[in-house]
Amino acid sequence: MPSATLLGQSVLSGVFIGALYGLLGLGLTLSWGMLRQVNLAHFALAFLGGYLTFQLSARLDPFVILALVAPVFFVLGMALHWFFLRFSVTLLNTLLVTFGITSIIEAGIQWYWTADFHRMENAYAAVRWKLGPLFVSLTDMVTLGFALALALGTWGVLRFTDLGKAIRATTEDAPIAAAFGVNEKLLGYLVSGLAAAVAAVAGLCLALNHTLAPVQIYAWMGVVFAAVMMGGLGRPIGPLVAGIVIGVSEAITMAVTNPTWAPLVSFSLLIAILLFRPARF
Amino acid sequence: MRIDRRRALAAGGAILSTLALPPLRAQGKPMRIGSTLPLTGPLASLAIIHKVTAEICVENLNKRGGLLGRPVEWVLRDDQSKPELTRTLYEQLITSDKVDLIQSPYATASILAAMGVAQRYNKVLLHTSFGIPKLAKYDMQFQTAGSPFDPENVWPNHIFDAAAKLPKPPKTVAIVTSKFPSVHAISVGAREVLKKRGLTEVLHLEYEFGNRDYGAIASRVKEANPDFLWGGTNGIDPVLMLEAMKKIDYRPPAQVHLFPAPGPMLKLPEAQGALALTTFESHPPFTDDPAIAQFVKTYGERAKEAGIPYTAVDLQSAIMYASWQVLEAAVTATKGTDDKAIAAWLKKNEVKTLFGTLRWNGPQNYVEGADLYKIKQLQQGRWVVVHPSQWTAPGANII
Repeated sequence: MPSATLLGQSVLSGVFIGALYGLLGLGLTLSWGMLRQVNLAHFALAFLGGYLTFQLSARLDPFVILALVAPVFFVLGMALHWFFLRFSVTLLNTLLVTFGITSIIEAGIQWYWTADFHRMENAYAAVRWKLGPLFVSLTDMVTLGFALALALGTWGVLRFTDLGKAIRATTEDAPIAAAFGVNEKLLGYLVSGLAAAVAAVAGLCLALNHTLAPVQIYAWMGVVFAAVMMGGLGRPIGPLVAGIVIGVSEAITMAVTNPTWAPLVSFSLLIAILLFRPARF
Repeated sequence: MRIDRRRALAAGGAILSTLALPPLRAQGKPMRIGSTLPLTGPLASLAIIHKVTAEICVENLNKRGGLLGRPVEWVLRDDQSKPELTRTLYEQLITSDKVDLIQSPYATASILAAMGVAQRYNKVLLHTSFGIPKLAKYDMQFQTAGSPFDPENVWPNHIFDAAAKLPKPPKTVAIVTSKFPSVHAISVGAREVLKKRGLTEVLHLEYEFGNRDYGAIASRVKEANPDFLWGGTNGIDPVLMLEAMKKIDYRPPAQVHLFPAPGPMLKLPEAQGALALTTFESHPPFTDDPAIAQFVKTYGERAKEAGIPYTAVDLQSAIMYASWQVLEAAVTATKGTDDKAIAAWLKKNEVKTLFGTLRWNGPQNYVEGADLYKIKQLQQGRWVVVHPSQWTAPGANII
């Protein structure tokens, strides 16, 4: 029987990895739910953000780098949206096009940084606190903090502001929203830019907590997709909650049984939710 | 005999012209050697090491006059880390590109795929990194990595022999292994070996290759509190595992990780003292041979140019270099590119390589119960061989 410390530490570990799932899923759920774009390139952008953070970290603090990279990614996100509008790319085709963009970004990363593993050296990684028998690291807390702030912030904007109401109205019925004076195109650019900027934040968290390799772009796709689908499309808090549920379930599975069972958890949960709550999708 | 001025000048001129002669120039139709490497995909970080090494080998061969006086041309294709593509590309290399000989792809699955094609066309296949020897059924396949027929028995014994030399020899062991086929098979063997050696297994965990979160695994190892962590790990896994342990303020007293990515481990304070398997490290006695020392130097320069973070020659580079040493020896000895003649020669002979002498006179062209592998240890930011004693770095002791 695992000890309380082992279970507690495993739950914490699951919460932190779940926060990263949620952070990666936030941009995806916005573009999928609000813009009807399944943006696989979101993962590649997040890793590009991670690599840029790694590259510039010798000269700048990672958080200063984020302040530089996020606006650039915002513009990239808008450019991607322009591309989709310009060529009238359908929902299914966004999947194919963004898969192609992912491959191009992956090749670019491999060309510049090679296929080898890279690890960002940073002073933050050494900071951790002891809470009774449990340990919490600063970099994990940063990830959780960003995930909570961005998910709740986005939810708040969508729920309580005129801008958010306009975005939701556009998602619901764009022509009617336009008839009420909502600038559908401008909002599309804004949401797409925001989703890409969130990828920059996820990139920072990846660089702070994980080792970077181009091929790992694909390693996160399955579980983050599961979190997005479980959380509900277009719902900012959904992927975070679902991500934490998945992360904690995986961690507890690893703590009490053989860790090899852990990957089954996320997809079993997804199938269960699809079976019992199909209306959600 | 009196030497007049004219004769002296003529002799001097002859000597000078000899000295000024370029290296032996290979002539005629190039000898084409075909292979694939995973230049993209999950194995790309290791393939680049093989590519740089092979390019140096081909360059050196051509400087020495090629093979049988013919220039050597290496026909390389990218198999994208996909065994099914490897199979197709080897078909193309043999039937369309009409290469004279084939060389090794990288890693077990792709080698197995290439082996099937080689068997269909009766081609000799030299291979560098086949993790499950018992699956190598083809009569004309030859490993050039120095691995034994029974790595699941030989390698755990090497590792526990080295661990017994630690300042505090372990009594309890936690086995944590990836399900990546080769390291998993070795770890399964380790469980049997440790029992025979009177050690106690306090934890046995298996995880899927590509695992992202090591938090719970780290916590379980900490709770088991072993004297020795057996990491059935490869690539970046050990780094991720040790970082997860660091977050919970835990460091195993002693540890082995079978095939870690050497570069990222160097930068990790928690990895200092870790053991790993190797065939070659860039220090004496390996580099006592001037040709090998030169190769180490050239590789360092080329690896830097190619953006490879870890620029020292080690296991990966050495097994590829050995593969070309074997190819050169066999072609030169048989004076041709006849695959059957080469295979027959290899079975009866041995080839001295940069990490020892390779033989293929055991079951399925392997040697049972013996190999050319060594144990290295990360000491003060540098990998050094610490076991067996004839290959240890000067002054190095296991710590």
